[in-house]
Amino acid sequence: MAKIDWPAPDKRSLLGKRISRIDAPQKTTGAAKYSYDINRPGMLWAKLVTSPHPKADIGEIDTSAAEKFPGVKAVWKETETKSAQYAGQIVAAVAAESEEIAVEAARLIRVQYTPQEHQVIDHDPALARDKPTTKQAGNIEQAFADADSVVTSGVYGVPVITHCCLEPHGQVCEVKEGELYVWPSTQNVSRYTDRLGDGIDIPQNKIHVDCQHMGGGFGSKFGYDKWGTIGALLSKQSGRPVKLMLDRDLELMIAGNRPSAYAKIKVAAKKDGTLTAVDAEVWGTGGTGGYNPPPVPYVFTKIPNTKLVGKGIRTNRGGQRAWRAPNHPQGCLLTMAAVDDCAAALKMDALEFFLKNVALTDRPNVYAEELKIAADLIGYNQKAHLRGQAGPGPVKRGLGISIHTWGGLGHPSECDVTINADGSVETRIGSQDLGVGNRTAINIVVAETLGLPLEAVKVELGRNSYPSSGASGGSTTIGGVSVSSRRAATDALNELLPAVAMKLNAAADNLEARDGFIRQIDKPENRMQWKEACALLGPNSITKRGKNVPGESQQANLISQGVGGAQIADVSVDVETGIVTINEMVAVQDVGLIVSLKTAESQVYGALIMGITYALFEEAIYDPRTGRMLNADMEFYRLAGIKDVGKLKVHMMTGPGYDERGVIGIGEPPVISPGAAISNAVANACGVRVPHLPLTPDRVITALQQKGGVA
Amino acid sequence: MKSFEYAAPATIKEAAALLGDRWGDTELLAGGTDLVTCLKQDIAAPRRVVSLRKIPELRGIKTDKNTVTIGAMTTLGELIADAGVRQHFSSLTTAALNISSPQILAMGTVGGDLCQRPRCWYFRNGHGLFGTDGKTSLVREGDNRYHALYGTDGPALFVSASSLGPALIALDATITAAGPKGKTRKIPAAAFFHAPRSETEREITLKPNEVLVSVSIPLKGLKNETYEVRHRYGLDWPYVTATVAFGEKNGSITDARVVLGHVAATPWASAAAARLLNGSRADENAAVKCGEAAVMDARPLSGNSYKIQLVKTAVKRAILAARAA
Repeated sequence: MAKIDWPAPDKRSLLGKRISRIDAPQKTTGAAKYSYDINRPGMLWAKLVTSPHPKADIGEIDTSAAEKFPGVKAVWKETETKSAQYAGQIVAAVAAESEEIAVEAARLIRVQYTPQEHQVIDHDPALARDKPTTKQAGNIEQAFADADSVVTSGVYGVPVITHCCLEPHGQVCEVKEGELYVWPSTQNVSRYTDRLGDGIDIPQNKIHVDCQHMGGGFGSKFGYDKWGTIGALLSKQSGRPVKLMLDRDLELMIAGNRPSAYAKIKVAAKKDGTLTAVDAEVWGTGGTGGYNPPPVPYVFTKIPNTKLVGKGIRTNRGGQRAWRAPNHPQGCLLTMAAVDDCAAALKMDALEFFLKNVALTDRPNVYAEELKIAADLIGYNQKAHLRGQAGPGPVKRGLGISIHTWGGLGHPSECDVTINADGSVETRIGSQDLGVGNRTAINIVVAETLGLPLEAVKVELGRNSYPSSGASGGSTTIGGVSVSSRRAATDALNELLPAVAMKLNAAADNLEARDGFIRQIDKPENRMQWKEACALLGPNSITKRGKNVPGESQQANLISQGVGGAQIADVSVDVETGIVTINEMVAVQDVGLIVSLKTAESQVYGALIMGITYALFEEAIYDPRTGRMLNADMEFYRLAGIKDVGKLKVHMMTGPGYDERGVIGIGEPPVISPGAAISNAVANACGVRVPHLPLTPDRVITALQQKGGVA
Repeated sequence: MKSFEYAAPATIKEAAALLGDRWGDTELLAGGTDLVTCLKQDIAAPRRVVSLRKIPELRGIKTDKNTVTIGAMTTLGELIADAGVRQHFSSLTTAALNISSPQILAMGTVGGDLCQRPRCWYFRNGHGLFGTDGKTSLVREGDNRYHALYGTDGPALFVSASSLGPALIALDATITAAGPKGKTRKIPAAAFFHAPRSETEREITLKPNEVLVSVSIPLKGLKNETYEVRHRYGLDWPYVTATVAFGEKNGSITDARVVLGHVAATPWASAAAARLLNGSRADENAAVKCGEAAVMDARPLSGNSYKIQLVKTAVKRAILAARAA
């Protein structure tokens, strides 16, 4: 019988191979339909009315003029809360025959506000009102007092950034005969409905979710959100389908927000570079809610003496949402910049310094191996110099290093695989493809398991009527879906084998599915074509449900967690203009057994681009007086373009030592290091630490001027 | 956006006749790259939009012995592609190339570049040209990292968004405008821009019922170039720009102009830098000194003093690039 274990390297025909995503033609031709593209017969457009005040009491909401406006079919207004806590908070909505009518009608809604004092500044620790959190280990006072140590200190920080999904949040809702059909952009198909039914008085089981393609989520699209409820209510009220997608300004103000993190950090190391102590005071905002400081020291968790004080600043800004590897990019920047400053003070080569200190991490060998590969790929030995020794001329070149970690254990997942008598194979799973290649990975697993080519297997996902599978967050998807689909396919195959065994006159245990045949393992010429084998089923198809139970799968070495990655950035800094340019970035990543090599690599490329973007450009800028976001557009909320990212090199750690760990998620890890690596490279190039991301000309010039460094 | 009346006349005279005499009542549509955004942002809510797309005489580039004349509806892409413009007015071609968005180069026009509204985020968020909450200047009190560095004693603290304006001023261009009866008048490029003193004014000296017809640049044989400090390679607004133009006599500079962009409510000519450049050899040493002279009258706001360094660099590099041209 077929076994659940992942096939040995010489038995893999698709697993771990470089395969283009199966929906690429659909996406490139525009045939792939996103929520925005769904147009139902008789559909209305909805527009939201939001608070212009960062904090205000909400009085009367007068919708009468909007209701009378020609073309308006439904109106919703806030009744549950009487308080606006951030600019952009939704207070009312209209649905109308066209988008233009909806926009005009929304402007007719009159809301009485009584503005209250607000607070949107997040970079001043004096504004922290909550009780600070403290974590401590060892004895930092003693470590800093040690006469044989070098002690450095600095300030570092990263502002609030947003998710800025190219496809905004939202959905099309259609209430028909008491049931809700919804096409949302969601990372959480199986559990999207959650408590949505409560707000619209439709039972959970009568809500039908369909999300075939997504233009990004990055952690911001787990819930149905307020606009999900409003869309459904407007549809219920009007009896018509309703499209409600956020406009770009709201997408940036209310549908994202990664917490900021600023810090004062003191580091001690022995003269040979071994880190001995880190003392960090960290502050930042998670919007109106609480604040959980990022881990400092990050990765170097075995530094014996540490102290971390966290101070949350409550601000009247849109709520925080998980952003790809929550808290890790912040912790990574703060830690890697602070220890890199220590290496610079020691006049020690950064690579030597990192290699020396990998002993203070959970996986010294992995990081050491990865750092050496990264150094080779970027030509470290030819390019490296000590901080500030880039040579003459206004354009200074420098290198910067960072390492990171992530968990990535597969989530609970269920999957059905059906084998039909005509040889066709169908896979159904309530998972979602955020644009990363999930469909392709599932296709690879099922086709590999059944010994079939990719196109012989149909993969259907994105509907909550399919077997329940976890939300795509925290790099948990590939571990979850690869095991559930592997189990379903293996079990289905094993139900087919006995009939084939009789025909081939071989024991079912001695059969395998390979290259489009069922064949005898020790006598491969005794075989039967897949289609012929399936014909033995007669009128009955086989459907098997496979499950991933994370703990069990981990014990069976099907999946695992805990990875390391190393990145090196090569940048140029024009010290006369403060412009930072990325020449090249190298990412080396450990991710266990790779299911789909090309899309895994693409995840790393995408992460580098996203990381370069937050290192150089991204920042949610708020006006202190009006409390409004000033750059809620894509003009001054800048994203990197193709020429801004330089040359990118990706190296995946595969083979012995990595493969046998089983499958681990890749979504988060590679996006953690770019900010730190780039910040370190800028410091190495121009001789000065630019304390805060993003590394814009104003910050670079100011840092240089403060150190008297402008040429 | 509010519904509006739309007209697409065939002649300049008809177009001018369709305009009102108060800003905002009517708007001219050229490439639409700014106007459509303004309509969506509710910054513009005209009663009537008059399209210039069906007026053939507004398009094209003509060169005679002494002058190059560029129709207002000539696209930025057509401007870039013109070999004569590139040969004589490299600073103008560079400025247009720096816009760098293929979409805007294809749709945006020369006239539209000169008449576009400021990008000031307070203006775009509905706080008016001066960015106030009625009493207080939000610009002064708030985030002014991209705002004016010069002329900051007045109320207009936004920066002129025009890419071509500084080059046209440096090149002594003249702008032709047509009034409601089809009568034309000539405006020197330097007088085309002004810092408004009230919210009812605009950033240009065109009248609300005038149509920008063309831009004429004299062929004076000046060496000229533009240098722009911009962060992204793709579509992005520059932090500062500098355009330099000058003649040369026996290796010595004459007739110099230094005009800065994105540093004031208008393109900003630096007489001090130009004076220093005249009589010099436009070498590295002179270029550095001109950069320093150009920032003598800079009056930064609370958050944009970093721009001083950028202006120095832009002036220096523009001079060296013009000399090498």
